[in-house]
Order: sequence, then C-alpha cells, then structure tokens
Amino acid sequence: MAEPSLAADAKPWKDPTAEPFIRIKNITKKFGDFTAVDDVTLDIYKGELFCLLGGSGCGKSTLLRMLAGFETPTSGSIEIDGQDVAKIAAFDRPTNMMFQSYALFPHMSVEKNVAYGLLREGVPKAEAMGRVADMLRLVKLEDFAKRKPHQLSGGQQQRVALARSLIKQPKLLLLDEPLGALDKKLREETQFELIHIQETLGVTFIVVTHDQEEAMTLSTRIGVMNEGEIVQVGEPPQIYEDPKSKYVADFIGSVNMFEGTVDVAVPDTLRIKSPEAGIDLLVEPIEGLKANQAVSIAVRPERIAVTRHKPEGVANIVEGEVDEVAYLGNLSIYRVKLASGKTVKVTKSNLLHDEEPIKWDEKVFLSWSNAAGIVLTT
Amino acid sequence: MTALQASTPWRKTASLLARLGLTGRMLVIAVPMLWLLVFFLVPFLVVLKISVAEPMIARPPYSPLFVDGSIQATLGNYAYLWEDSLYINAYWSSIKIAFFSTVLALLIGYPMSYYIARSPELKRSLLLLLIVLPFWTSFLLRVYAWIGILKTKGVLNAMLMKIGLINEPLIIMQTDIAVYIGIVYTYLPFMILPLYANLVKLDDSLLEASADLGARPISTFFRITIPLSMPGIVAGSMLVFIPAIGEFVIPALLGGPDTLMIGKVLWTEFFSNRDWPVASAVAIAMLVLLVIPVMLLRLAQSKGAET
Repeated sequence: MAEPSLAADAKPWKDPTAEPFIRIKNITKKFGDFTAVDDVTLDIYKGELFCLLGGSGCGKSTLLRMLAGFETPTSGSIEIDGQDVAKIAAFDRPTNMMFQSYALFPHMSVEKNVAYGLLREGVPKAEAMGRVADMLRLVKLEDFAKRKPHQLSGGQQQRVALARSLIKQPKLLLLDEPLGALDKKLREETQFELIHIQETLGVTFIVVTHDQEEAMTLSTRIGVMNEGEIVQVGEPPQIYEDPKSKYVADFIGSVNMFEGTVDVAVPDTLRIKSPEAGIDLLVEPIEGLKANQAVSIAVRPERIAVTRHKPEGVANIVEGEVDEVAYLGNLSIYRVKLASGKTVKVTKSNLLHDEEPIKWDEKVFLSWSNAAGIVLTT
Repeated sequence: MTALQASTPWRKTASLLARLGLTGRMLVIAVPMLWLLVFFLVPFLVVLKISVAEPMIARPPYSPLFVDGSIQATLGNYAYLWEDSLYINAYWSSIKIAFFSTVLALLIGYPMSYYIARSPELKRSLLLLLIVLPFWTSFLLRVYAWIGILKTKGVLNAMLMKIGLINEPLIIMQTDIAVYIGIVYTYLPFMILPLYANLVKLDDSLLEASADLGARPISTFFRITIPLSMPGIVAGSMLVFIPAIGEFVIPALLGGPDTLMIGKVLWTEFFSNRDWPVASAVAIAMLVLLVIPVMLLRLAQSKGAET
C-alpha cells in the first residue's frame, strides 16, 4: 500500500515553501460590542489534525462556525484550498461539521442520517446506500443502520455523527467538542479511533476542544486561544515544554509559578531572585532579559523531586512541609508549603513499595534542575 | 431502610390504600375524571337516550325510554338522517368548510408561528401576547365586528372603493367566503399556539447540520422543519377542524341562507321544529363522525412514535 504522506510525519508547517491548505487571515468577529474572535491569522496544512484549544468563551467555536459558514466574519478572509469562501454559503462549502450535540435528525434512521448529504448532492440512491454501508462499517455501526438516533447510546450517536460528516469526503472536517459528551473511558478509546479514521481518509481535521488532554492526544498541532486571540501555535510537546506565556503554561497541564526578578544575566546560568520561593532560582538562560526585570518561573509538578534528605548537586533546593497528600494509584500528589507561605504542587510516580511513603506534616526537600524552570515574561 | 419506612403508620395506610387502587396519582386524576363524568358522559348518555325516542307532544317532547318495564328504543331517527339528503349534505358541507378553513389557517398560521418562534425572546412574548389579545373580547362581539367590516356598505368595501380598486361593492356578507373568513379568523390562534410551542423547541443545530450537508434552505424546510413540526401541525389542525365542523355562531351570523352547516341544522331541528329526537340523532351522528377519524389518527401517531 502506498503510504499516504501524513501531515503528522511530514510536518509541513516546518517547511517554509509548503502551501497551506487553509489560510485564515486577520479574521475578526464582533457580536455587538463583544469581540469574539480578534484578528486571528492561522495557516493549516493538508492532512493535519489541528486542535483549537481554549476555555469556554475564548472564541474557538466562533472561529469554527466561520469556517463552516454559519457566521460571517466582521473582517478578514478565509481561504480553503486556494478558494476564498467569504461569498460561499454554508450549503455550498467543501467543509462538513460534526456538531457538539451531534445534531442527528431525530426523525430519520441512522442510514438516512448518513445518506442525507449524498442525496442532497444528487448522488443516485443505490450508489449512496452503498457508500453509506461502507461508512457505517468504518465506524462499526453496520448493525444499527435501521435504528433511530434515540435508540443508540451516546458513543454510537457520536459515531453516526462522525459518519454523517465524513460521507461527502469533505476537504475539511470541523469537529466541535467531538468527544465532549462521552465518559472518560469511551473518550480515550474514541480518541485513537478518530486518529485512525483521520489517517485512513487523509481528511484535514480541525477540532475544537476545551480538554487539553484531548488536544495533546489527537493533534498534529495545537492553537491555544484566549479572549479571541491565538496565543500560541505549536506541536503538543512544544506547547507543553516551551509555553510562551503564563496563560499557556497554566492552561496546559498544571504548573507551579514563582514570581521573581532577574538578578544577573550571566552567559551560562540565569539567576532569578524570588522571595516567593525563598531562594535564588537557577534556570537556563534566555536572550533579551534585563537586570531587575520581573519574570515568572514555571516549574511542572513532575519535574520536582520530593525527598526526606537534602539532595546533592541539584541547582534548586527548597525546604517545606507537606500540607496534603493525594494518592491516585499510579502517582501521588503532594502539596508542600514553603516558608514564604507558597504552596507547591509536586507529583511523584508510585514506582516502588519498599520505601515508607512521605506523609503529611513531614519536613521535606523539593529540588529541580535548572533545565526544569521555564522563564516567562508575559 | 425501606422496612423502616414501611413500618410508619402513614406508610401502612398508604400501602393499604394503594392495594385498593387509591394511590395519590389516582386521587389527582379523580377530580378531572369526575368533572368529565358529570358534565360530559352523563349529558352524552341523555342525548343518546333522546336520539332513540319518538317525538311526542308532551313535556319533555319525546317518548320515555322505559315503558312498563321494557325498553322502547328506535333507530328511526338515524334512518331519517340517512334518507333525507339535507342531513348528508349538511354534514358534507360542514366537513368541507372545516377542512378548507383548517388548510387556510395552517397556511397562514405556520409562517406566523415560525416567525414568532425564531424571534428574540422579548419580541416573542410580545407577539404571543398579540396573538391571544383578541380573547380579551367576547367571541360573539368579534364576529359581529366582522359584519361591520364585510357588509355591502361596510368598512372593507368603503376602503376598496375609496382607493379605486373596485367600483361596485363586493358581496361577501352572507356567502361562504364570509364563513371562511370568520372561521379562519376565530380559530387562527388555536393553530398558532400549538405550532409555536412545537417550533420554538426546534434545535437550530439541526437546521445548521442540514445546511452543512448541502441542503438549500427550502430543502431543509421540507425535509427537517416540516417533519419535525408534524405533532404541532396535527394538534393545531385538530383544534381548528373539530370546533369548525360543529360551528353554529359564525355561519348563523356571517353565512347566508345557502350556507349549510350541521350546527345550523341542529339549531333549526331543536328550536324551530322542536324535534328533540332528530336533533339528538344529528348530534350523536356528528360526534361519531368526528371521534372515529381522531381515534384512527391517534392510533397511527402512537404507532409511528414506537418505530
């Protein structure tokens, strides 16, 4: 089988000569005085599974609805496959959407729901039904063709909605919180199914989600949105390891934030004075910092070691007292109170049983390397 | 826990009553049931009794049902309805007028309901208020007002002649057209309200999904909106069709001597001819004529809901 060149492997966004498949240029959408989407410019490449991630009201759904043609941008332009779609009504666009509520037609069987798009396109009935059967096989619903939507479980309805939105082989599939209504276990299974289907069909997906775990699992790239703006675009590890702002660091995963000021910017290490931490924090240097500039240091909970004895040769060591312990099975979460009153969250994998676990009220040492801290200026 | 609750005296009494079929639910239903029994079923049986009696010059003007311990019933009145073409024609004409009035009310009411249901919340309640506003005036007065509008020297003709659209007054009063206008006007709110209640629940995302899958607005309307509003269409049509069939006031006031409706026939039979048994037979026949299609429709609907 000829390997389809997957965007996930080819990473076209790293190639400056690659043509983007979707060009969103300076898109703004206002509802009265409220700016839902604020001057967003974004390129998305063919075969990508792009996640728009953000809290509720950040404008991610509005952006998606503008791509589908349900909302008209106040200004800016959208190009899909080289074609400006501003003047194209929703029913003529080469896009399909999977709705958060699934929006299955309650008076039609599964089969008829899936066939709807093909029949409106004028595909002969016999051919349409054949394609519907193929599609239902892909989403493993071939035995449910004659059922009505209300006779299906949430997971099955989700797959009908997916099948219905894929049947016309859209150039672009828009998914609004596709897994939002499923329970945790089903959601995890479905995530991989969704990736599998996307890779099989090679359709470009844009997924809107508020669930950072979902975005991390699914996407080739993530666009983090806040208050109508795209604050950072990057591959999942990049977003997690190298957030460009406090908002992103805080939104993706959990993080400990220490406020401080730049002490001396020497070439190989950077020292940050932080009364909150109670020590001078050592981090890897970055360009463009001035002395006494206010910065935040973000440290992920899993990058911090918690020990009873003071470790040797680690760049950052602080003392504290265990305030709370939460045992989650595979790992434990410690909340450790520092002398300054700041609480630091630390996670520790429960690998071994031979050691006496650290309990609350114990005095402990927290330590992390200078590579663990991320310097954030905004 | 359940054992503990069951041991309290209240629980014991309740379970005892429940065993006799007297649950709280039953008691709640009992009140309207009793109402229907006293004011609907009993009068119905009285009318049924009269319809199988012979007319008599007496008080009341019909023969008793029990004479010397035996039942004296006749189907002669029903046979008479069948034999005299007046009654068949009146039934047929009533059905025809009610049917076309219902279709007209639906054609006018559907766009209105749709518009109201799609309006912003504040405007919606205002428009609904306007729909029910006519109910604040007596129905009889409103029908009288139509006489003033429709008569030869009425408001409508005066206006049309003034703007030069017509030279001679239109003859609308005392024709079937006036009856149609009266019925559609009177029963329009009964079409709009159930339709509105249905359309307001219509999920926008279904319409968007239809558009997204390539259906033009007109196609979305016929394939999604209309089928999903069917319960509203049926309910509204019933609420117009059923009272329109037996309508008496509107044809009596707005219709002419040629307007044949069963309600008018009933009136004449009862008050002018003082033939109570035939009048009762007319009423019973009309009821049967209405109940059968309604029950068939209900049956079809409940079957449709299952699959």
